[in-house]
Amino acid sequence: MFAGEAVAATLTELGVTHVVWLPDSALGPWEAALEASPVRLVRVCREGEAWAIAAGLYLGGAHPLVMIQNTGLFESGDALRNVLFDLRIPLYAIIGYRSYLVPDSPDTARRFTEPVLQAWGLDHILLERRESLAELATHFRACESEGRPGVALLAEGKM
Amino acid sequence: MTAQQPERTVEVCTPRFRRMPLVPALEVLRDQRRENEVVFTSMGSAREWPKLSQHALDFHYVPSAMGQAQSLALGIALAQPNRSVTAITGDGSLLMNLGSLVTIAASGARNLTVIVLENGIYEVTGGQQTAAASAQLAPAHVDFAVMALAAGIPSARRFHDLPAWQAGVEQALRLPGPRVIVLAVEPVEGYDLPMPKPAIGERVTRFRTTLATSK
Repeated sequence: MFAGEAVAATLTELGVTHVVWLPDSALGPWEAALEASPVRLVRVCREGEAWAIAAGLYLGGAHPLVMIQNTGLFESGDALRNVLFDLRIPLYAIIGYRSYLVPDSPDTARRFTEPVLQAWGLDHILLERRESLAELATHFRACESEGRPGVALLAEGKM
Repeated sequence: MTAQQPERTVEVCTPRFRRMPLVPALEVLRDQRRENEVVFTSMGSAREWPKLSQHALDFHYVPSAMGQAQSLALGIALAQPNRSVTAITGDGSLLMNLGSLVTIAASGARNLTVIVLENGIYEVTGGQQTAAASAQLAPAHVDFAVMALAAGIPSARRFHDLPAWQAGVEQALRLPGPRVIVLAVEPVEGYDLPMPKPAIGERVTRFRTTLATSK
């Protein structure tokens, strides 16, 4: 949906210093552009790590962003709970929304994504058009200025 | 080794049940602490360290997500590469996040030290054995230091008695980082982890401010 260069430029403009990520097939093609940008990529082995590392980066004065798939959101619930709600660290995440663009998809990852975000009380937007990068920037800035966490769901097709 | 036993690729490098007392082991570490060094504690160390040290760069990770202490510390180390960061975690916690060893190795955070307090049990839930310490594994021994090296961590050491730890601590902390130091420690009975004060939100704000303003 988005070119990696455009994403990298947007994140750089937003002041993001580190992307802590475990990509899926929609996020993965952004790797080269992110690597070529001022943003530093931190690769993790499991998504729970991503929230904790991003929290440490935040404590140390950096401006991290978490980038994972919705399946990773499910996996990382305890780390997310601790960082966002116990420690009250207002991280922002871009989360791949697997199967969103597949009509009548039976993919349970699609079925549970938004209910889970609602259960966590996480403010989120859906990125499904090219112009959505501007919406991402607006939402990111709003969350940052209000000191609250936020999520941008990236609409994806195939499972 | 008989034909029925599987081949072991990790040798027993220290006697399985020799352990040092926890508090003196932590005192050795405290005595090596640098003035601008972050010490990030969790679980058992978060209970004992505040009795040994009152420092603005101590952060007691309570309440925690078990297994994430070394990952949080890695984030701090990456954000502040000129500052030494020490994370103290437990073997049960590390078992919950073994992939973090690879992540730490890949990060290249030379300023990070992970101390693993290996007592073989989950103290927090009443002392049940970890899978790594279960009798079914004997005579094999899960060696977290060997595991760290295999994950790509440049330096790892394991100490199982206090005199060896006292004699080797300076050299171990000078090894190229990121480094993992495993301390085989005695379990503590009657586990009680009081909630540090002030409340976590205030501690986070204070700690972040201290990190921003201290060198």
